[in-house]
Amino acid sequence: MGDWKTPPELKYTDSDEWFAVDGDVVTIGITDHAQDQLNDIVYIEFKDVGDALDAGDSYGEVESVKAAAEMYSAVPGEIIEVNAALEDSPEIVNADPFGDGWMVKIRATDLSALDGLMDAAAYDAYCDSR
Amino acid sequence: MSYIPHTEAETGEMLAAIGVDSIDGLFDAVPESHRFPSLDLPPPMSEMEVAAEMLAISEVNDHGQDYAMFRGAGAYHHFIPSVVNHILLRGEFYTAYTPYQPEVSQGTLQATYEYQSMMCALTGMDAANASHYDGATSLAEAVTVALEVGRHKRRKIILSHAIHPQYREVARTYHQGRDVRIIGDRGQAGMIELVEMLDENTAMLAVQYPSFFGQIENIAALAEAVHEVGALLVVVANPMALSLLRSPGELGADIVVGEGQPMGIPLSFGGPYLGYFAIRRKYVRKIAGRIIGETLDADGKRAFVMTLRPREQDIKRERATSNICTNQGLMALAASIYMALMGKNGLRKVGELNYHKAHYAAERINQLDGFSVDMSKPFFNEFVVACPGNVGDINRALLEEGIIGGLDLGQHYFHLEDHMLVCVTETNSKEEIDHLADVLEGLS
Amino acid sequence: MLQPLIYDIGAPGRIGVNLPPSDVPEAEMPVDLLREDLPLPEVGEVQVVRHFVKLSHLNYSIDKGLYPLGSCTMKYNPKINEDAARLPGLAQLHPLIEETGAQGALYLMHELQRWLGEISGFDAVSLTPAAGAQGEFAGILMIRNYHLDKGDGQRDIILVPNSAHGTNPATVTMAGMRVHELPSNEQGNVDLDALREACQGEMRDRIAGMMITVPSTLGLFESTILEVIDAVHDAGGLMYMDGANMNALMAVVKPGELGFDVMHYNLHKTFSTPHGGGGPGSGAVGVNEKLRDYLPGPIVDVVDEADESGAPLYGFVMPEKSIGRMKAFHGNFGMHLRAYAYIRVYGDSGIRDVTRYAVLNANYLRAKLMNTYKLPYPRYCGHELVLEGHFDDVEEVHALDISKRLMDYGFHPPTNYFPLIVPEALLIEPTETEVKEDLDEFVEAMEKIAEEARSEPDLLLNAPHTAPVRRLDEVLAVKQLVLCCAPALPAAGE
Repeated sequence: MGDWKTPPELKYTDSDEWFAVDGDVVTIGITDHAQDQLNDIVYIEFKDVGDALDAGDSYGEVESVKAAAEMYSAVPGEIIEVNAALEDSPEIVNADPFGDGWMVKIRATDLSALDGLMDAAAYDAYCDSR
Repeated sequence: MSYIPHTEAETGEMLAAIGVDSIDGLFDAVPESHRFPSLDLPPPMSEMEVAAEMLAISEVNDHGQDYAMFRGAGAYHHFIPSVVNHILLRGEFYTAYTPYQPEVSQGTLQATYEYQSMMCALTGMDAANASHYDGATSLAEAVTVALEVGRHKRRKIILSHAIHPQYREVARTYHQGRDVRIIGDRGQAGMIELVEMLDENTAMLAVQYPSFFGQIENIAALAEAVHEVGALLVVVANPMALSLLRSPGELGADIVVGEGQPMGIPLSFGGPYLGYFAIRRKYVRKIAGRIIGETLDADGKRAFVMTLRPREQDIKRERATSNICTNQGLMALAASIYMALMGKNGLRKVGELNYHKAHYAAERINQLDGFSVDMSKPFFNEFVVACPGNVGDINRALLEEGIIGGLDLGQHYFHLEDHMLVCVTETNSKEEIDHLADVLEGLS
Repeated sequence: MLQPLIYDIGAPGRIGVNLPPSDVPEAEMPVDLLREDLPLPEVGEVQVVRHFVKLSHLNYSIDKGLYPLGSCTMKYNPKINEDAARLPGLAQLHPLIEETGAQGALYLMHELQRWLGEISGFDAVSLTPAAGAQGEFAGILMIRNYHLDKGDGQRDIILVPNSAHGTNPATVTMAGMRVHELPSNEQGNVDLDALREACQGEMRDRIAGMMITVPSTLGLFESTILEVIDAVHDAGGLMYMDGANMNALMAVVKPGELGFDVMHYNLHKTFSTPHGGGGPGSGAVGVNEKLRDYLPGPIVDVVDEADESGAPLYGFVMPEKSIGRMKAFHGNFGMHLRAYAYIRVYGDSGIRDVTRYAVLNANYLRAKLMNTYKLPYPRYCGHELVLEGHFDDVEEVHALDISKRLMDYGFHPPTNYFPLIVPEALLIEPTETEVKEDLDEFVEAMEKIAEEARSEPDLLLNAPHTAPVRRLDEVLAVKQLVLCCAPALPAAGE
């Protein structure tokens, strides 16, 4: 197993996002493994607050020096908040991907999609297999 | 074998090392049915013969060395200091490629960084890229940037009809597959009518400065109106005119694009030219193409490198906003050398020569019977002349007198039949201008 | 920093050019429209010359040595072509001159259109695209409009192999179409099963075409190319050939005869026009009868046939259903004339040698290096070869380190990390103009580097040691984002 953190209370996708649920509000970020693979994150851009997303839609984009990746929401809903601090200090994601490095909050219209996501153990195994 | 250095003995050694009998044996994966076709091309030529043929071809053309040139319309006959060509011909520059390996490309990188800097100085913008193909494609790429800034929620693009007709055509070519509406350019809308087209769905409005007809308008009020609806003002500017005029940045432009050919690049029948692209800092990540930035090496020495790379097609692939890879690097170097030579003092002087000579020519022509010059607005080095007859006929008569006359505007604008767009630069002597006026007088 | 910035070497009042006084009366200037300051450098002519000469010394170039940058075809750029481009009758020719005044230039373009068509087996050619990427864009727009005209507007998918240049998928998006990526198999060919599945499955009616590079970006001839073309045509799609690797095909095979419908040429690769430190390029497109009417314009045609005494009259025409103009005027004419001179030199009997010796040189390097570096596809290569730039026994060394160390041996590195489907790719393209001695020196350097990787890996990890600068901090470049050194102007807005 690699040297990365995977908090047990979260849900994970195979595109390396994590999801935390609080009522109908879902907080999304990228995993420790993802930030490690990207290396120095230098830029983050979000879609607008108020934008509606379908499950699988992109809510923003993250860039390192030599890569750019879209970030996706597994749940449908509306973006209610973006972590504006990251626009000026994207390196926070490298330092604290599950805490201060959260990306967006979405008011979900359907939480059932989360049922199909990986738990921490499954995600670790998935990362090991890549 | 021309530029192939192999001797028969070397070829034999190489084949032996590979373990194949003949070079043709290396092509076994090519379908046999289609392998080694014959080509209907002319026979080979020696260097001497090629030189003679190229000279012969060149001499059939009517060009700026044999004729007094009064044609511009997006391609300008300016003086090019000898130094420009001598530097361009250094193999270290013209036989290098894109500076993917910065440690052995600092020459190209620093020269491009300086080019970006001087373009910012001229345009009043904060950042410029390393070039697009020409002024027309720079405008088309500005449309893409405006759509991106508007996050594809704004889909209306307003183009002034006084932008170079071919630039507008190219913008339409580029965006024909996209969900975007281009309006404004198929009538004769002036500034006021353009402002009336603005709304919350507008991504950008573009004007040319000076306009295709040579006229200078203050675009500050336009900028305010554009910004009021949250759109971008794109200005297509002749960099030579910017030697004198207030910069588009000062007047409120968000993106400044245009043709860099006037600065050290020969006419060459339309290319290679230089599309310059400059922008306000807050939009810099939306630019397509190469951008050079400053950094440090492992020893802490200042050095230059291509930056913001993840925007580009080789990394972002189908998510990139443009497919541009090769640009007009050597042409940017030409403009860089030109701007450095002219500098603060020389470029202004060239601008003044253009202005004064064009105004002298306009005055002379305006006094001729049957000819009148549109003096309703200030102009730089081009102006519109209403002629007493067919512009084609006038130009044929001028050619016989050793003069390449102005552009026949009727070919590009229905309402401007019998109108000629005349360009005068620092290369036109008073004698040439007088000769032009005298010949025109004989035709009126 | 090795050479001060141009802004740092001037002095107030200095000027680098001697301009004449005005010979006309001064006109009144529109004062409120004029700028106050023009913050350009103030430098003398000698300083400008020395500044740029010193900068030039910091560059590697073909004129200095082997430049094996894969997929870029860095061949020698003949000097005679530079002389030709500077002839007054070509350099000082206005693009909007009457066609009767440009018959020399139009004749040249007409001949070049015909020759390029002949070399690739296409019926018509447009010279207007300014670079390969623009040629691709033209090609995909043509395919799009062809389907639209046939009432097949639902065809919006372009198949692209995962080994493709980034320009291919980016082009598809620019044209408002969608990419469907295809995997490659162990031989480096397109996976035929995956292709057939795409062409025969649900997607069938949405397939507009396929973009493919031949030989592939791995430098390999697609041995199943005829099957690939058949599968796409059978689904109703058209075939686009990315001609970046045409240096491996001249007089070896005509893409048009294989069944391709459209391709672009890179005049700055195959036909020796200089790369100029990043451009200009030139990306002519060739098509068969299906797409002839859609070509970007204008193209050159005979507008008045010759009588017995005179030459025919050439002129510009816009194809009937043209996708439009790709740029102002008629393409990068300065590149057309160089390509013309180049083809003229080789002629009918010589042009095949360009390809033959390019392929010989690449296979020679393959034979010499395959025991030192891992060769992912053990077969004859085309004009370039791909190696894996890492060693199982020295994990910390990567392709990038090998590349940087090559600089210390006096060579430009190969292309790194492309194609994406080969781990740690080193894509090496020597071209036909390289002499055997230099190839041998390159082989020797590569062998020494492989030894150093084991004996003294730090030599590689910290390379280059002798280049003008050491490795650069690319993170700092993005974080500080210093893109301009000109003094700031008063700004509105912001």
